[in-house]
Amino acid sequence: MLDLYSEGNSRLHTMKPGWKILGLAISGSLLFAVDNILFSIAFLAVTLALYAAAGLPLRRAWAQIRPVIWIFVLIMIAQALFNSWWVGLFVIMRFAVLLMLAGLLTLTTRSSEMIDGIEAGLRPLSRLGLRTRGISLAISLTLRFIPVLASVVREVREAQYARGLERNFLALTIPAIVRTLKMSEDISDAIDARGF
Amino acid sequence: MIEIQNVSLTLDDRPVLRNISLSLSEQRIAIIGSNGSGKSSFARLLNGLRTPTEGSVRVDGLDTRKRARDIRRKVGFVFQNPDNQIVFPIVEEDVAFGLKNLGIPLDTRTEMARDILQRYGLSAHSKHPAHNLSGGQKQLLAIAGVLVMNPDYVVLDEPTTLLDLRNKLRICNAIDALEQAAIVVTHDLDLVKDFDRVLVFENGRVLADDVPNAALNRYVEAMLDA
Repeated sequence: MLDLYSEGNSRLHTMKPGWKILGLAISGSLLFAVDNILFSIAFLAVTLALYAAAGLPLRRAWAQIRPVIWIFVLIMIAQALFNSWWVGLFVIMRFAVLLMLAGLLTLTTRSSEMIDGIEAGLRPLSRLGLRTRGISLAISLTLRFIPVLASVVREVREAQYARGLERNFLALTIPAIVRTLKMSEDISDAIDARGF
Repeated sequence: MIEIQNVSLTLDDRPVLRNISLSLSEQRIAIIGSNGSGKSSFARLLNGLRTPTEGSVRVDGLDTRKRARDIRRKVGFVFQNPDNQIVFPIVEEDVAFGLKNLGIPLDTRTEMARDILQRYGLSAHSKHPAHNLSGGQKQLLAIAGVLVMNPDYVVLDEPTTLLDLRNKLRICNAIDALEQAAIVVTHDLDLVKDFDRVLVFENGRVLADDVPNAALNRYVEAMLDA
């Protein structure tokens, strides 16, 4: 979601994010509620067809599951040992389809639209006093600051290495946390300064 | 006009600013001074991010203590480190953030964001993640994110400190081209040579308030004496 959005004008790209999020939630529930491998195979086919309809090559679908392929191997081994390889295949297929569907959502939805969609979905809760804009801002800040925090940790680690400290957990985490807290004050001021 | 009357500021029981009174009406005002002299705290008073412990700050007659929200719309603020100011992951989304806070509809804010990104040479990056920009581009994005809200005044807190020479020149040109009155906190003495007025801060007080040459001489003397 940091930079996964793929430009396009398909129906999936232009669909309101709220519908896509709802669709993902329903699909995920159905995938695990319906205990039938034919249903899962059909879901896989529909998912791949949706990638094609969105103008996305199938390698983008494969890219969603490639990072967790070793987890799938472990699930398969565990299921084969304690259950059967057939059940293992079934479980893996469900997870793979769910990951591909989630990937499809991020590939066809800008992060700002996603955040607006979540904000709209939460809006009824504002009657209960919940600050829905605050929640959506927190989500966008999380996405924005993942790479920033990664660079803070990298800088602190390099500073520790330069001073001869190798792999010292406390020496890494304490300065990183202190810098992050200091940064959070500035970010809070910046958000105020921009009229939030 | 920004009017500062008998302002003192104490943070964590430490006096940061001591009994300052000024009227700021020039188009280009610089604030210089040693580290810890109170420059940045003073700048934060100007748009209501901080309120004075004593005295008052008024922007076009509005008291920052009572009308902070209105004043933040009148006085844009650019921070030293753009990484702490960019709050959305994608460039054009970040520019649109302030406009959304102003209640501007989606279509209009998208158009306004595109216009300002073009003005600052960032159009090609509008859909890129902000963290992939260079330091200078991030600072330009931070300025664009403030200017798109069309403030009457812009306060910039050490906008060139973290930049190399090329990016520093880009930011200096951007400041030169501002239509708004600009108040710039800086250690960069070259930047302020053509300004209308320079305030020198030292130990929470205004040590000098003059045209650039005279103020810079006073600043250099104070630094050498210390």
